Amino acid sequence: MMRKSIVLILTLVVAFTLAACGKNNTESGGAGASSDSPSPGSSAESSAPASGEALSGTILAAGSTALQPLVEAVAAKFMDDEKYKDISVQVQGGGSGGGLTQVQAGQVDIGNSDIFAEEKFKDADADKAKELVDHQVAVVAMATVVNPQTGVDNLTKQQLNDIFSGKVTNWKDVGGADQKIVIVHRTASSGTRKTFENFALGGPSQDLPGSIQDDSSGNVKKMVAETPGAIGYLALSYLDDTVKAVKYEGVEANVDNVASGKYPVWAYEHMYTKGEPSPVVKAFLDYMLSPEAEKDVIDGGYIPTSQMKVVRDVNGNVTNK
Amino acid sequence: MKARAADRVATGVIIGMASLIMLVLVGLIAYLLFRGLSHISWHFLTSPPQSIKAGGGIGPQLFNSLYLLILTMLITIPLGIGAGIYMSQYAKANQLTAFIRLVVEVLSSFPSIVIGLFGLLVFVNLFHMKYSLAAGALALTVFNLPLMVRVTEQALNGVPREQKEAGLALGLSRWKTISSIMLPMAFPAILTGTILAAGRVFGEAAALLFTAGMTTPRLDFGNWNPLDSHSPLNPFRPAETLAVHIWKINSEGRAPDAPEIAAGASAVLIIVVLLFNFGARWLGRAIYRKFTATK
Amino acid sequence: MNAPVRSVEAAGDRVARFPQHKREEWIGRLYAYACVALLVVTIFSIVWFIASKGLTPFVSGAIRFSDLLFGRVWKPEGEPALFGALPFLAGSAYVSFLAAAIASPFGFCAAVFMTQIAPKLGRTVLQPAIELLAGIPSVVYGFVGLSVIVPFLREVFEGQGYGILAGSLVLSIMILPTITSIATDALHTLPAGLKEGSFALGATRWQTIYRLILPTTLPSLLTGIVLGISRAFGEALAVQMVIGNAPFVPTSLLQSAATLTSIITLEMGNTIGGSLHNNTLWSLALILLMMTFLFVFAVRFLERRAKR
Repeated sequence: MMRKSIVLILTLVVAFTLAACGKNNTESGGAGASSDSPSPGSSAESSAPASGEALSGTILAAGSTALQPLVEAVAAKFMDDEKYKDISVQVQGGGSGGGLTQVQAGQVDIGNSDIFAEEKFKDADADKAKELVDHQVAVVAMATVVNPQTGVDNLTKQQLNDIFSGKVTNWKDVGGADQKIVIVHRTASSGTRKTFENFALGGPSQDLPGSIQDDSSGNVKKMVAETPGAIGYLALSYLDDTVKAVKYEGVEANVDNVASGKYPVWAYEHMYTKGEPSPVVKAFLDYMLSPEAEKDVIDGGYIPTSQMKVVRDVNGNVTNK
Repeated sequence: MKARAADRVATGVIIGMASLIMLVLVGLIAYLLFRGLSHISWHFLTSPPQSIKAGGGIGPQLFNSLYLLILTMLITIPLGIGAGIYMSQYAKANQLTAFIRLVVEVLSSFPSIVIGLFGLLVFVNLFHMKYSLAAGALALTVFNLPLMVRVTEQALNGVPREQKEAGLALGLSRWKTISSIMLPMAFPAILTGTILAAGRVFGEAAALLFTAGMTTPRLDFGNWNPLDSHSPLNPFRPAETLAVHIWKINSEGRAPDAPEIAAGASAVLIIVVLLFNFGARWLGRAIYRKFTATK
Repeated sequence: MNAPVRSVEAAGDRVARFPQHKREEWIGRLYAYACVALLVVTIFSIVWFIASKGLTPFVSGAIRFSDLLFGRVWKPEGEPALFGALPFLAGSAYVSFLAAAIASPFGFCAAVFMTQIAPKLGRTVLQPAIELLAGIPSVVYGFVGLSVIVPFLREVFEGQGYGILAGSLVLSIMILPTITSIATDALHTLPAGLKEGSFALGATRWQTIYRLILPTTLPSLLTGIVLGISRAFGEALAVQMVIGNAPFVPTSLLQSAATLTSIITLEMGNTIGGSLHNNTLWSLALILLMMTFLFVFAVRFLERRAKR
């Protein structure tokens, strides 16, 4: 205990010294007062206005790195909006797990996640997921991608299963060139991998010796593009000419097919709050779904939830809207 | 004659291997500069990054790296010099000193990712600093402190004994002798060591992933109030440094020009490291010359 | 940094009076002692915090320590979840030993070059170059590994390029400065008479190096190598970028593998704090920490041998 407090005191001393050092140009404006707090998590609730006055406060969102660019782009627009100019939004990465942990612990206001909280909080932690409120802000679809030289342009669910279970190890067995298959998988904890396994393969897959793993879409794209015979999966937003997106059961991975429910490999992007959001946070979450934000959603390669003609629940059951 | 031939061959091999090392270094730097330099422009160095569109820069990241370096050094230098003074002047040759020496050695060999995780646990979570510059600076302090201690200790040990004895003979206290005679003498060595350590801090990424975070809020460079959350000087805001940025765009880069940005940022990083290296060398030599000429 | 400089100017010729003299000494001592105390506190809190997190899976009985150490299957999301860290231990060990094996001859040769063959050229060119190698950030090494070494290996060996060999090559450049600088120090401290005696007896330079210098400096060289291995063992980002990250005990140099550090970097953010999976990652960090202690003690042991 003693040690902890010594470290703490020293930290404080240092922090104050720093604050003092840089104070030569201080503007003592009243506007900054509410956002001065170093702990944005608590400040968001602190300044809810009574009537229709401008909202002010700080919002801290953290989590999924896949969702981060979108939230950042929308947050920038949100803060430029005259109505919300006193609200400051900070977006951090740290991964879906980190985001959910932090929002559950009350350290951040919004936890960004690629998958349902129920899938992460399991067994003993299952109750924790119940405290979180889900806000689905976009849909992200994934395409199976292969190195352009493999010579395939369609794979069935069965073929994908054969490839990812190691039953088929050469592209010629699934109608491609005579080339060894190199699997580029995601790490076991990845949300992208879960989505791919659940909706493309239909169940968990094994890691195979010799497969490559990474958790970042950028690396996966690079690996698939450069490694002969490689197969992987990427969000639609990452697709370009360097990799070839193959059809799934004859259905092309594109926005229309996802929206109509024909192409099944997609997932929601979630922004979780602990309990119902405060007015400030709610304003931002509403903005995420507004027509203003929709352009960013589409530009970012996501699909706005408003375009979806189907909905899917936690257990993966798809129903028409 | 056989021995002579073997000698010649061996010498050739040794020279060959030494040249190969030079070749690798030159190749490495040439490659980085070749790939990156064409992308570096004033715009690139000053504008904020773009997450989805092309044309983003590394302005905030560069600022964060420098600012974090300053913060870290502000904490590290006084602590490191204090501990270095102890190690070189006050430590008695006993078990305790041996133990402290072990501590410094262990601390300096901890993998940076372990220090990053410790920072996550203690600074970020326990002290509620969140992902912030302050947490990053403290983690980097842990990482840098042993180096600083060693630099100070060696520099003080390098001060001639006579100088110290002269001070003590004048009736100065030990502390006074250390602070006003020995430290100034040791200053060039400490400075050189510090700059080299700074280069290491500048390029560190693994310890920062979990402490300073991987994002930078929008910064208002007209606002220099260190307590305002938009101010670049606020030590409690998250900050992505240049090294972390390189790691992030290599892995999650969505911008179409991500490879060029990675190359450009790497080139900037390497240039800064080169500057630190040559700067330290040059400064050390210049100060040494000045000191030896005047004294 | 400012304090001592300013106090120089302030000190001037002023003669310290006795009470001030004493007070000064007290404050100075207190400051130096506090700094050292902080160092000790830091190391204990690192060990304490990492251990308290890393031991939870064993304390709660969810995993047995031996299962973690010797389990060959890492299936954290499987049913049932399996946490075998042997692949990562093996991966870390392979890359760091291989890196040391590649770097050691280079380090030794560079040291010999700098001390025995061309001291002037060595001091002005090679030494700064090697120090520069030490200063290059690890992400830059990773970036170069990713864009040069991996494609190169793919061309030469026909495979994916990612794997143990790529990781080892990147690491070997990173640990070369450590090995070189310690070898150079060891060669420098060699008594001059030893070498001259050998030359006087008619031995060639190579014979002197091979028969005399190498055996006498071997313990110090080993120290350098162990330090290099230790650094390689803990390196995270550069390795993670090029090794491929498949959680299997590799059977070939060109096969994708994972290390303790790479799995921590990849999965820490994706797992829920407090979950078994997350806690197990902390256990891996604890293993990393323990390995550091092991390396430090190995280095100390070797140093003591070198001194004898």
